[in-house]
Amino acid sequence: MKLGVKDIVCQEAVELMSDYLDGSLSRRRRRRLERHLRACDACSAYLEQMRATIAATGQVGPEDLDPEALDGLVDLFRRFREGDRPGP
Amino acid sequence: MLSPVDDPGLLDGILRGDEKSFAELVTRYHPTLIRVAGYYVGDRATAEDVAQDTWVAVMRGVDRFEGRSSFKTWLLRICANRARTRGTGDRRMVPVDLAAEPSVPGSRFNDAGMWSEPPTPFTDLVDGRLDDQVVAAAVRRAIADLPEPHQTVVTLRDVEGLSTAEVARLLELTEANVRVIVHRGRARLRAELEVVMKGGRS
Repeated sequence: MKLGVKDIVCQEAVELMSDYLDGSLSRRRRRRLERHLRACDACSAYLEQMRATIAATGQVGPEDLDPEALDGLVDLFRRFREGDRPGP
Repeated sequence: MLSPVDDPGLLDGILRGDEKSFAELVTRYHPTLIRVAGYYVGDRATAEDVAQDTWVAVMRGVDRFEGRSSFKTWLLRICANRARTRGTGDRRMVPVDLAAEPSVPGSRFNDAGMWSEPPTPFTDLVDGRLDDQVVAAAVRRAIADLPEPHQTVVTLRDVEGLSTAEVARLLELTEANVRVIVHRGRARLRAELEVVMKGGRS
């Protein structure tokens, strides 16, 4: 591909992907990135990897919880309910 | 598999005094509360204490929750506010390290800045071989390897799905800094997944 003065190279393009996916790039930068992506399969693949990464991160679920901490909090909830029932 | 009950359904359960609903919410959010509290207070024991206080506040105030924000946002704001109060004096005022770190090592580009070792779409690499648990384990490991506050920022933004603005508000960072940190974190996670997808680690 032939580069013009306004064109960005791959090494610059990868630094814009996160903001691009969040919709927070300026219009000028977004246009430049999109033009680059149309011409560059490798950066399009990188963008796909980034999308897949964000999707996978959204699927990991909560971190493990100490069962004792859970039991302690449920116990607290039980005592709260027994001692502090709202009136009618 | 039963579909998980959403937060409002669980809140109704709490109002009825249902322990299972309460336990489900605790399982979903307690680790994140400890994380947010830990961001302000520094030590683990105090962070757990703040997280527990947050649930007490929820028990006391759940009937006043008006649903103008999501339950998650409401809960995390309570936690952050309490942690800020508790953390006075010992909040780790570690400056956020925003030094330039390339998303991809320079060795993968040629002198003109074009890929010399280009990436392959994950879909082509895995071909259905990797199960979700392997991917989830890799993501967790990569998050755990991040420094702070990157771990907390990435967890809130991409695991919990909060907006950039909400993360900035909870952690008292600028939105620009949140974006930089998220960008950095995602780049590290992508690199880790790339290794796993190529079969290098599992």
